[in-house]
This record gives sequence, C-alpha cells and structure tokens, in this order.
Amino acid sequence: MTKTLKDIAAALHLDVRTGEHLLARTVTGGYAGDLLSDVLAHARKGSVWITLQTHTNIVAVASAKELCGIIVVNGRTPEEATLRKAGEEDIPIMVSTLSTYDVVCQLCEMGVKNGEGV
Amino acid sequence: MKEFRADLHIHTCLSPCADLEMSPRNIVSEAKRKGVQVIGICDHNSAENVPAVEKNAAREGIAVIGGMEVTSKEEVHILALFGSEESLFTFQEIVHEHLHGINDEKLYGEQVIVNEEDEVLGFSNKLLIGATDITIERLVDLIHEHDGLAIAAHVDREGFGIIGQLGFIPEGLPLDALELADPSKRDCISQGNRLPFITSSDAHKLEDVGRRTTTFLMEAANTVEIRRCLSGVEGRRMRI
Repeated sequence: MTKTLKDIAAALHLDVRTGEHLLARTVTGGYAGDLLSDVLAHARKGSVWITLQTHTNIVAVASAKELCGIIVVNGRTPEEATLRKAGEEDIPIMVSTLSTYDVVCQLCEMGVKNGEGV
Repeated sequence: MKEFRADLHIHTCLSPCADLEMSPRNIVSEAKRKGVQVIGICDHNSAENVPAVEKNAAREGIAVIGGMEVTSKEEVHILALFGSEESLFTFQEIVHEHLHGINDEKLYGEQVIVNEEDEVLGFSNKLLIGATDITIERLVDLIHEHDGLAIAAHVDREGFGIIGQLGFIPEGLPLDALELADPSKRDCISQGNRLPFITSSDAHKLEDVGRRTTTFLMEAANTVEIRRCLSGVEGRRMRI
C-alpha cells in the first residue's frame, strides 16, 4: 500500500518542523546517510532521507535529489537557517527521537522499501 | 620578502591517533632536518602541547603557529591557527566547553601532555577524537573573533572533509583557505568561493612531518602575514 509522509509522521510520532502542507507526498523509498556527498551520489528520487545532519546543506541535497522529505534522528534540532531554507525549497523536515536504525526498522515494518515501490 | 616552507598541520602525541614519538623535540628536529621553517601544531580539539613545541622551535629558529584541528557539529575538520597563545587558549576554553565525553585510552589511544624536555606532564581525559556541538558557521566566526585563520582540512578526503560531510562547501562560509591532502587533486575540488589552497602533511607519525608543505612568500612567519599571503596582498604569494 502506498505510504505518504503523513502516514510515516503519524506512525513514528515525528515532530514536523517544516512542510506540514506537503505531507501528502508519496514515499517511494528510503535512504539513510550522514555523509552528504554519499547521499548526493546514491539517494533515489522520491525517497525519504534519514540523517543526523542538521546543516542547511541538507536542504540543498534533498532538493537536488528530489527527495520527498527529511527525517532528522536522535532528537537533534535543525538550525534555524535550515528550517528557513526548507520552507523556501518545499522540503518537509521531521524530527524523531529515535536513532537511524530504529527509524529504518519502523519504516521497513510499514512497508517502505526501495525497488518495486511501496 | 622571503620564502618560508610551511607545514601547517602536524599532530603531537596529544592526539590519541598520533604516534607517541610525536613529541615536541622530535617534531622540531624532524622539521629542521627536512628544511621546514614554519610548523603549525594542530591536535584534535586541543592545544596543550603547543607551548612545549614553541620552546624547542625557538632554539632551532623554526616558527610555530599554534592551533588545533577542531571537529564541528557536522563532523567537519577545521584548522584554527592563532597568532598568540592567549588567543589560542581562550579559544581552546570555548572548544572544551562544547566537547563532551571522556577518552578511553584502550580504545582511542593515549593523549599525552608533555613539556619542552619531552617529559610527561599528564594526560588529557577529554574525548579529543569526538565532535564539538559547534556548527561550522559558528566555528569559523569564533576563530575569526579570536583573530585566527580558519582553514578547511583535507577537503579532498571523504571522511571529516567539508565536501565529504556536507556535499559541497556552504555558500558564503568565510573560510580563509582549503587544505589539500594531495595537491594534485586541486582541480577536482569545485568551489564557488575561489578560496586559496594550501597543502600540509597532517602528520601523525614522525616520518610524515614535512611530507607536504606550502611555500609562502611573505615578510615574516606569522598568522597576519599568512593571511595577507592567502589574499595576495602587495606581492605576497604562495605555492603548493
């Protein structure tokens, strides 16, 4: 069944920091990574990105790779400048108190997988 | 003006990942042997061995730029080089307030603080290998507030390099220079800010001291002159 950012945000109790109005976006897969160069190289369009980075560059990377949104892990606080930029670029940023591993596990359980779709 | 061969990124035995033989005396004699006239001492997130290196270097006519290699919140390594011990240690206090955790010598290595005779004064118990919680923008500002030079370390390396960690160099980040681990990678680095390049050894063991150097044509070996060199003021220049 197709999952949206809204489904994920509800199931994982995410704190939606920007892009509340964009949560109807379909999540076509996921990517986890904290080296932004690696995310630029490997993340697939339409994926949700799980990271601990909070620098404004995450918005540029998500935008360049056409990712559907960003989940920041471990309850980290995105910089003000990052949230501002995310608002301008229409990139939803959601914060989880969980670790990357736990977020990925839960997304898997929900059926969010790469490949043939969700 | 005069040419100075400088290796601005050398670790001492204070860095947990550096060899114990990286003592102030050994570093200075190795630099002397290799004809390096200016050495930058940059341990991870700490500067406690700078005074001991300075005392040895003064005897040998080698200039020391005291600094440290700070790890930002994004886990980017930034070299912070200062013109005076006062600025350096004021800056160190701030870094230490933002660096959390205790070192485990068995896991990460010893962090040895020494005097100018290479005698052990003690051990730092801070987690020097860790990251501070200072954002890269704030870090560069802090370095400048203390009249220091902010140089992005080994930008051509994926791990802890600014491009590897952050994908690209954030627009408008007021860095003073970019350090290359391998000077032949110069043309592979894309940057909009047209920042100058230096190269240095990032020596963690003795034989690597002076393995890579930047030659500065300037009036004197200090951070004020290096800053002028980096922006090419009045005929000053540099080559890698």
